[in-house]
Amino acid sequence: MTEAELASTDVGSIDEFRARARAWLADNMPPIDPAHPPAAHRDEERCWQRARELQKRLYEGGFAGICFPREYGGLGLDYEYQRVFDEESFSYEMPLILNTPTFTICCATLLDTGSEEQKRQHIAAALRGDEVLVQLLSEPSGGSDLAGVITRAQRDGEHWVINGAKTWSTSAFAADYGLCLARTNWDVPKHDGLTMFLVPIKHPGITLRRITQLNGSTEFCEEFLDDVDVGADAVVGEVNDGWTVASRQLYHERRAVGGSSEFASGSGSEGGRTTPVNYVRLAEKIGQADNERVQQIAGRALVHRAVSDQLGDHIYRSVRDGTLPPAAGTLLRLFHAETVTLEMDAGLAITGTAGVVGAEGEGLETGLRYLSRQTVCIGGGTSELARNVIGERVLNFPREYAADRGVPFSQVRHGN
Amino acid sequence: MEGPANIMTAVDSPEKILFVSTTQAFLQKEVPLSRVRELHAAGVSFDQTWWQRAAELGWTALLVPEELGGGSVSGDGVADLAMVAEQLGKTVAPGPLYPVSTVLAGLVDCAERHSHAAAIESLISGETVASWAVYEPGQGWAPHEPSVTFTETDSGYRIDGVKDRVEAGAESGLLLVVARGGEGVRQFLVPTNASGVQIEPQHSVDLVKQYARVHFDGVDVEHSAAVGSAAETTELIDRQSQVAQVLQCAEVIGILQTVFDFTIAWALDRHTFGRPLASYQALKHRFADMKMWLEACRATTAAAVAAVSARSSDAGLSASIAKSYVGEMSPEIVQGCVQMHGGIGVTWEHDLHVYLRRVALYRSMFGTPEEHNLRVYQSQEAGNPAPRSA
Repeated sequence: MTEAELASTDVGSIDEFRARARAWLADNMPPIDPAHPPAAHRDEERCWQRARELQKRLYEGGFAGICFPREYGGLGLDYEYQRVFDEESFSYEMPLILNTPTFTICCATLLDTGSEEQKRQHIAAALRGDEVLVQLLSEPSGGSDLAGVITRAQRDGEHWVINGAKTWSTSAFAADYGLCLARTNWDVPKHDGLTMFLVPIKHPGITLRRITQLNGSTEFCEEFLDDVDVGADAVVGEVNDGWTVASRQLYHERRAVGGSSEFASGSGSEGGRTTPVNYVRLAEKIGQADNERVQQIAGRALVHRAVSDQLGDHIYRSVRDGTLPPAAGTLLRLFHAETVTLEMDAGLAITGTAGVVGAEGEGLETGLRYLSRQTVCIGGGTSELARNVIGERVLNFPREYAADRGVPFSQVRHGN
Repeated sequence: MEGPANIMTAVDSPEKILFVSTTQAFLQKEVPLSRVRELHAAGVSFDQTWWQRAAELGWTALLVPEELGGGSVSGDGVADLAMVAEQLGKTVAPGPLYPVSTVLAGLVDCAERHSHAAAIESLISGETVASWAVYEPGQGWAPHEPSVTFTETDSGYRIDGVKDRVEAGAESGLLLVVARGGEGVRQFLVPTNASGVQIEPQHSVDLVKQYARVHFDGVDVEHSAAVGSAAETTELIDRQSQVAQVLQCAEVIGILQTVFDFTIAWALDRHTFGRPLASYQALKHRFADMKMWLEACRATTAAAVAAVSARSSDAGLSASIAKSYVGEMSPEIVQGCVQMHGGIGVTWEHDLHVYLRRVALYRSMFGTPEEHNLRVYQSQEAGNPAPRSA
């Protein structure tokens, strides 16, 4: 038996688990100041290596994949145990950048829709720190209309050959495999002709390019797929049933972005650009600590930030007990975007001119961060799309008119 | 339409389920909106005998320990009371639930609680109504900073000064008055029929909630009128504030769910340009926002109820977060629902304004969102753990 298996057979009560986690973390994981977490830049290769090493330690210590089933390398425990581990690990360096998309979206989706072999191979490898998984979904020809992808996969004997282009893939440069949505039948309506493939990113047919965002981040990538051949075992779910798989990814993504995925481990900040604004320090820095107007603006942002967390718990419980449908995870996605928007605006209002003229570290960083404000309202499906989902699948309002509904995809106008 | 589960999501006992259904049935039968409108037309805040029957259902006993004649249903009196408040919201019911509860919260928490047994008993029975005299003219929410004074006399204390925005002041037999004296801030239970007490009614935006300005002109009370020592008072006032705040939030949840549900029904039924209102994307998006705000109001209220009930160290912060958020968003939601109704939404005939009045009132009472935002900021400034990241 590995140490991980030993741990899971003998997990004991939640309090025993907590005590064991506390002792193990103190002995094995690097302590940090959670108020100043070390920056894990998602666009730097070395940060991914670091995350893999930390993940390996978690696995060897028997604390990886707390909510993943034991047969795939996890512990098979309830979310309660993960939350306890999150509390205990808050002051330690954790491989947080592996949470999304590797664990919370890709592994969670494989668990729902993958073959036994895919689960045994990829979930286990990810939990060991050996594999990073990403999503290859969006395409240059269209953003929110995911089911309209035009990357093509053609059957060639025992193999599939994939051609096309993908974009906005988070951290793909650091990944081993990507869940790639491709069209396998053009003569049926758009949702019915898609298949999901598990594609090795290092395949010689894939050319990967980094996208530079306006804030200088190069975390996102675009990929050009030229005659990428994969075996039949690369198909996730059924051929032409890729939309089912993609829908699970979107579902898990909304929950992950909203902070209520049981498959995420560790609850701290990734540091750097994602560190929550410390308004007290910001107000002091710009000499406005006693300004009541500044305090009120900051207080409002803190209130909304706190409610965002409370909403995560509430939605998780409500979906579990059936008072809200699973699509309610989208409420979190939208609330998160609205809260970040409010926080970015608060920062800009508080810093005033110091936010736009001066030096980084003296307020200018707030203005620079503000420039990327909309990313959170665009990524993972826009806020407008989220509102459609809430309207149609949470409130059950009539669906929007769609010109491509029921029409063979080959007859649908797409792109521009 | 039945809304989602009540604020407490734990598995409810048969006793609690019975309590909820009895409360619901009582409110629906006794104080539907038509009754609220009748009371308003008659210029009456609430019917005293009705309040006594409400008290018989156990509403006033929930915060009181058994040894003093009280008892909760689930073992969690604050949660039970929040559930009652949520039910009240569904019909914007009248009655002094949170004035009485706020006073009881102070009485049962002070060390000398047994000396107030008679007052507690009469509040539980509904025979007496009490209210917390905490606001002062020209001042915002500053419960720890009264300018009303108390001075020690041979037989007790003498109270001087003016309070206002005292809910049900004219209907109350007792007022719990916050005052400042040589020892600091203390609270006193003052009978409204004491010599020197003068009550002047104040209007409110609500149809039935009535308030009063109360003048205390050399009002003499006995030693036994003091509720809590000077050392206890800060904590008592905090507790009373939290109880008032979470009960308001809970009542607002009942209001929001009711208004949102009937507005959804309207949007699905009402056709314009040959389509239901609910089919227009512009309106769908507004409904999506409102749904999100409503669930967030529920979430933060449930968290505050739990924190106040558990008397956790962040109960005050939690109550401020809920009161700020619910105060900010609830009028947005109800005004949004008015907008979805169009012209009918701003008529006297439609019930929307009855709900709107209550959420507008509660937005400001016991701390505006702006006042609570300052508190939340100051809590972080004082080095308390920040609310977790968004």
